[in-house]
Amino acid sequence: MNLKPETLQRIEEVIPHYPVARSAVLPLLHLIQEDAGYISAEATEWVAARLGLQPINVLEVVTFYPMFRQQPIGRRHIKVCRTLSCALRGGYQTCAAFEEEFKVHRGEVSADGEVTIEFVECLASCGTAPVVMIDDDLHENVDCARARELSARIRAAAAARR
Amino acid sequence: MPAPAERRIIFKHIDEPGYTPDLACYLRHGGYATLRKALGMAPATIIDEVKKSGLRGRGGAGFGCGLKWSLVDRKSGKPIYLVVNADESEPGTFKDRYIIHQDPHQLLEGIMVSSWANNVRQAYIYIRGEFPHGARILEKAIAEACAANLVGPNVLGSGYSCEIYVHRGAGAYICGEETGLIESLEGKRPYPRIKPPYFPAVLGLYQCPTIVNNVETLCHVKHIVDVGGEEFAKIGTPGNTGTRILCVSGHVRRPGYFEYEVGRITLGQLLHEVCGGPLPGRTFKAIIPGGSSAKVLRWGETFTLKNKDGSTRTLAVEDIPMDFDTLAACGTMGGSGGVIVMDDSVNMVEALANINAFYAHESCGQCTPCREGSLWMKKITTRMVHGQARTEDGALLQGVADQIAGRTICAFGEACSWPTQSFLAKFGDEFRAYPAAKAAPRPESVPLA
Repeated sequence: MNLKPETLQRIEEVIPHYPVARSAVLPLLHLIQEDAGYISAEATEWVAARLGLQPINVLEVVTFYPMFRQQPIGRRHIKVCRTLSCALRGGYQTCAAFEEEFKVHRGEVSADGEVTIEFVECLASCGTAPVVMIDDDLHENVDCARARELSARIRAAAAARR
Repeated sequence: MPAPAERRIIFKHIDEPGYTPDLACYLRHGGYATLRKALGMAPATIIDEVKKSGLRGRGGAGFGCGLKWSLVDRKSGKPIYLVVNADESEPGTFKDRYIIHQDPHQLLEGIMVSSWANNVRQAYIYIRGEFPHGARILEKAIAEACAANLVGPNVLGSGYSCEIYVHRGAGAYICGEETGLIESLEGKRPYPRIKPPYFPAVLGLYQCPTIVNNVETLCHVKHIVDVGGEEFAKIGTPGNTGTRILCVSGHVRRPGYFEYEVGRITLGQLLHEVCGGPLPGRTFKAIIPGGSSAKVLRWGETFTLKNKDGSTRTLAVEDIPMDFDTLAACGTMGGSGGVIVMDDSVNMVEALANINAFYAHESCGQCTPCREGSLWMKKITTRMVHGQARTEDGALLQGVADQIAGRTICAFGEACSWPTQSFLAKFGDEFRAYPAAKAAPRPESVPLA
């Protein structure tokens, strides 16, 4: 496993906070996904070995929880809330606007590898619907016009990096 | 009657200009004085005050907090854990988010007071994975509180020690169910446990006695110790004490969060006066009053309720006081306080298709009636919207929904079947008419599924 030294250090800090090492499965998977972008088969085995578990004990967690993924995604992750309060205020149209902007269907990575668009379930900000998370940041009241603004910002950031 | 004024206790400083989530700001506003006071009280006295307060849990079930605490096995010799349910994920609910992001020390103080009362030495905050900033804010707040000797070893020189640790979920709704949450905290799939024997108060985290309380509930505990249980019980209405945060979303002019004394505001006052009424040119049609699993109410319906003396009274939907007991008597629930409003632009088949997709996605898959039933309800309503709709689909849905509730390990079985059952009971005509309705143009509607 090729993890950054600071990830390894944080992993060692996390484990003693639980009387039973197995409890550290979720936090370790979060740390590894933040570092590597996804949970590889190697990572699953590494976590199992580190915590004294069978690999299946870790794999069953990875496959259950929606936030863990076994494949890499786009550089930016756009998560549009699909659930009722957001849908009532146009969440499906917001998602379609992002799909149009990046010419990619939800669940897929854009051709340039820049974004993955996903529908997710309730993000607990129903009063400012529709809401969207881009990476770790919540954006509120994202109608189609706002979705286009946010898309332009993502493209500008990508252009600046090149 | 005009709506009463908001009474902000938990949300006192939410959105207040200049109020920041750091310890210095919290201390400037009198923070942690209640913890000092609590450490001078006997733990049994605090539990007694919470019982006297009548506080009912704010996570969904409305179970008495003092009663929950009194069920804890204190003779086992095993450590007692406190687990904070910050997995806020019931659709329509968005209250704990603001406490966590804007006033984290209020929650920490509530945790410390509750931990002292219950002889807890280790508390975990289980926060939903979609709140990454919230988790960091809590971690920072805990570090500040530890540095100031308010959390950690020998709190304020009292000899009492308690650690708090933040544990992030990873996007699964079922982790809000307390035994599923415990499994998740143990590093497993969050399959809810069967009760008996796995009552958390006896066999919870690591098979030790465990208290699982909602974020808002623990903040209330701090205020109960502040003013005393009897004083707290004067807020709200008998049996429905304190304030609660009502979250309104969907088709109103001013959605948002509002803190009211429980039962002092009616649904009509909340939606018309506080939230500004329906959107221009529209009328209200349906209300889900307590998170998406609560049974739907039809705007315009009336209820015949029994009084204590055996007589009956008629209550219109807009006159329902937003308390636990009246909402239950009207066949629904106060749940998590999330009020979702739908107006006449909504076709109820499409709204149900949206809800069914949620529950099919979130069923943990452990019990067959729920795993299969939630999926079939989704498949049927999705086909109605996107494929062929038949007049008999309502009856088909009813047949599936009626075989889930009461046949599963946890309450998700009820949560996923109540929407279908109540939509059919209140809007059955719309299901029968859907094949014709979907063919007609409806420019006012947005896609819901």
